[in-house]
Amino acid sequence: MKIRLENVVKTFETFRAVRDVSLEIESGELVALLGPSGSGKTTILRMVAGLEYADGGHIYFGDQDATDIPVRDRGVGFVFQHYALFPHMTVAENIAFGMKVSKVKREKAAIEARVVELLRLVRLEGLGGRFPAQISGGQRQRVALARALSVDPKVLLLDEPFGALDANVRHDLRRWLREIHRELGITTIFVTHDQEEALDLADRVVILKDGHIIQQGTAEEVCRNPQSTFVMKFLGDANVLAAEVRDGRAYASGAAIDVSGMADGKAELYARPADLDWSAQGPGIPASITRVLDRPDGRRVLATTETGELLEFDVEPERPVKAGEGGFVTLRRAKVFAV
Amino acid sequence: MRRNVLPGLRLSLGVTLFYVGLIVVLPLAALVFKAASLGPEDYWRIVSSSRALASYRVTVLSALGATVFNLFFGLALAWVLTRYRFPGWRIVDAMVDLPFALPTAVAGIALTALFTTNGWFGSILADLGIKVAYTPLGIMIAMCFTSLPFIVRTVQPVLEDLDPALEEAAQSLGGSDWQIFRKVILPLLTPALLAGVSLSFARSLGEFGAIIFIAGNQPMSTEITALLVFIRLEEYDYQAAAAIASVLLIAAFVMLALTNWMQSRALRYTVRG
Amino acid sequence: MGATRTGRKPPRVGDQPLFRRMLIGIVLVIVALLIVAPLVVISVEAFSKGWAVYRDTIIHPDTLHAIGLTVFAAIVAVPVNTAFGIAAAWSITKFDFWGRRFLLVVIEIPFSVSPIVAGVAYLFVYGLQGVFGPTLDEYGVKILFAIPGIILASMFVTAPFVARELIPLMQAQGRDLEEAATSLGASGWRTFFSVTLPNIKWALLYGVVLCNARVMGEFGAVSVVSGNIRGQTNTLPLHIELLYHDYQAAGAFAAASILALIAVFTIIAKVALERQGAGRVRRPALVANSAEKTQ
Repeated sequence: MKIRLENVVKTFETFRAVRDVSLEIESGELVALLGPSGSGKTTILRMVAGLEYADGGHIYFGDQDATDIPVRDRGVGFVFQHYALFPHMTVAENIAFGMKVSKVKREKAAIEARVVELLRLVRLEGLGGRFPAQISGGQRQRVALARALSVDPKVLLLDEPFGALDANVRHDLRRWLREIHRELGITTIFVTHDQEEALDLADRVVILKDGHIIQQGTAEEVCRNPQSTFVMKFLGDANVLAAEVRDGRAYASGAAIDVSGMADGKAELYARPADLDWSAQGPGIPASITRVLDRPDGRRVLATTETGELLEFDVEPERPVKAGEGGFVTLRRAKVFAV
Repeated sequence: MRRNVLPGLRLSLGVTLFYVGLIVVLPLAALVFKAASLGPEDYWRIVSSSRALASYRVTVLSALGATVFNLFFGLALAWVLTRYRFPGWRIVDAMVDLPFALPTAVAGIALTALFTTNGWFGSILADLGIKVAYTPLGIMIAMCFTSLPFIVRTVQPVLEDLDPALEEAAQSLGGSDWQIFRKVILPLLTPALLAGVSLSFARSLGEFGAIIFIAGNQPMSTEITALLVFIRLEEYDYQAAAAIASVLLIAAFVMLALTNWMQSRALRYTVRG
Repeated sequence: MGATRTGRKPPRVGDQPLFRRMLIGIVLVIVALLIVAPLVVISVEAFSKGWAVYRDTIIHPDTLHAIGLTVFAAIVAVPVNTAFGIAAAWSITKFDFWGRRFLLVVIEIPFSVSPIVAGVAYLFVYGLQGVFGPTLDEYGVKILFAIPGIILASMFVTAPFVARELIPLMQAQGRDLEEAATSLGASGWRTFFSVTLPNIKWALLYGVVLCNARVMGEFGAVSVVSGNIRGQTNTLPLHIELLYHDYQAAGAFAAASILALIAVFTIIAKVALERQGAGRVRRPALVANSAEKTQ
């Protein structure tokens, strides 16, 4: 099912949660809505589900205008942030609920068979008789997913699906959700504030800020070509240096980089820790190392430039750097934004 | 068990035990002692006399009627007060506590004035051929009044705290309003409803002040058990009073135990395994 | 382009307009008939014989004495119960000891026991046919059919009022603050007055208000132990009964109007205290989805 949002607006009291958002999601696509809290991502998801009504604009499911269709008739599967499992029902009863209340009457045996099938899909065979309070967080998450899938939804919507889980459980579930998506091919939208999660999982990442879409594209597109300082900073650690553009080159504290096509003037230079390197000789930005942080996969160096700017960069584990050492920070690549 | 690090255990626990002992336990023990001193045969004869049995009957049946009424009305009132906003809802919310705040004797004479055959409601009902004052129906209405807040006040906070996502989840799965109410909301309210019902029922069993004015107090038909105890006292038949009072006491304890048991059963799904 | 339709919310369960209006209507009618009407009828009946009769009833020495006795009972019973409630809440919530849950149940017993049973029970302690009665009588101490009996019976009936407001609240607040204060060297009393009390003051007041209303209005237990001696052991509720059975209905309602007024003030105070957050912490067992939340 293809989904189209057209100039959607939502205001709560006086707070404008979503301002004029237009977005198209292809059938079978897996899309992440990524943004900090208050960016409107959850509101958009809830409007697609029919749990909130848009104040303006339209939401189309295929060719049908779904803007005013109530949630119970919209045919979406929704996985709530804290799962919202019915605490007084067993896992199997939770999964069967949607089929039991459906207008399409089903045989009891058919429902039971489908529950077993879904339990197998989410790898919870044998736990059907447990109550939600008796299983782990990761298991609850999977029950919530099975419950949402039980009604054969046209669209699967997940609100911070891994938000309430431990880091390692989160990692496994992410991979697993990707597999399920590949298996079922269902159009899926999920909301997250974790950029790593969005980049790992989604076909397309939609980055939101203050109720607007700031940028969207594949993980590669948004990572390689961030179009604003917000996206640059939001996607990961970045060093910022004051720079000046002259004749197609940007200059910052002794380093220079090609920025052909950019107009002359003041600018900011953004470089990821992996974009910088360290060498004893120039050319480069003169700096001295203040601290070295050792990590399993490398060494993070904290340095101060002569002009007092703080820089962070990574070097290989065997590189002999130590605090107090003087030298030059060299620039492998960087993004320059005019200010 | 944690070690007790704060000061004041001996003083506070001492005061508590002394007070509970003197004010609550000692009198009840004296009552039980007095009732027990009768011997099983005399005791049985008194508590199973036809007048006593008739009083149990009218008390229990009226209390059941009042509790059933309050179960539905209390749930409806709690629902309206938490889910809907209308002009004056705060006043209605505050009024719910009136039966707790209004002394029972005051409630008793007020209800009697309303429901006697020349009262505001009594005269209308009399035209319809319904007599309330001085009948078991009057007892039931007095019980409805005094126990009204219990169910509202136990259900209301649970309804307020109910996670809206549960309802939304049920809606997204296609449930109709009635299905969601019956299969999701009602089961989650059940423990609170049970608690309210047993409080309401226990209160009705023991109610005295509000009832004696409206009841008519005819032996064998509109004499409640609490009144029978009182009458036996006025007749200086202390042993009979003790015996029948002990029946009320036992009923109260059974209700207490039943409440705890039903609650833990209704909440068994929250126990982690 | 859709027009702006600010503030629309998807319907929740029971939001269908017809159902909603009908339910509100039914509930309001029953509230009016069952709760408001008794309050109105009291004031109407109280003035049915005119202002003069009303005034005469109120300033009659027996009525004034009944008011005085009722106030006196409250002045003694309420502070004692408050002290007990604080002690009980402190011991039960700040310490672990064997039988704690049982103590909690025992404190709540007066709630489920009929006031008549309470009155009869006191008779068998302090009455002539009771445990201590004969001995007390020898020394000329009169408890039953006298003021001490009235106060004791009132204390029984209202014993749990303050404690049960404080216990859930103090349970929810835990012991960290008190332990911190003690670790900084504060004495027990100091800890209580400067750390605990500020956090529980509204709940405490809430319990006191409810306790007071019940003491002033108690009828069943007091009518057993008072002896109903006009001008001596008659509290206001008992005085109402006396007037009522003397066929002085207007007088009974006049006296009742005072108690009804106290009830209305009690409710106003209750609402005001609830705005401060009192009365909001419930026993977790009653909250069905508490388990979900604490995980």
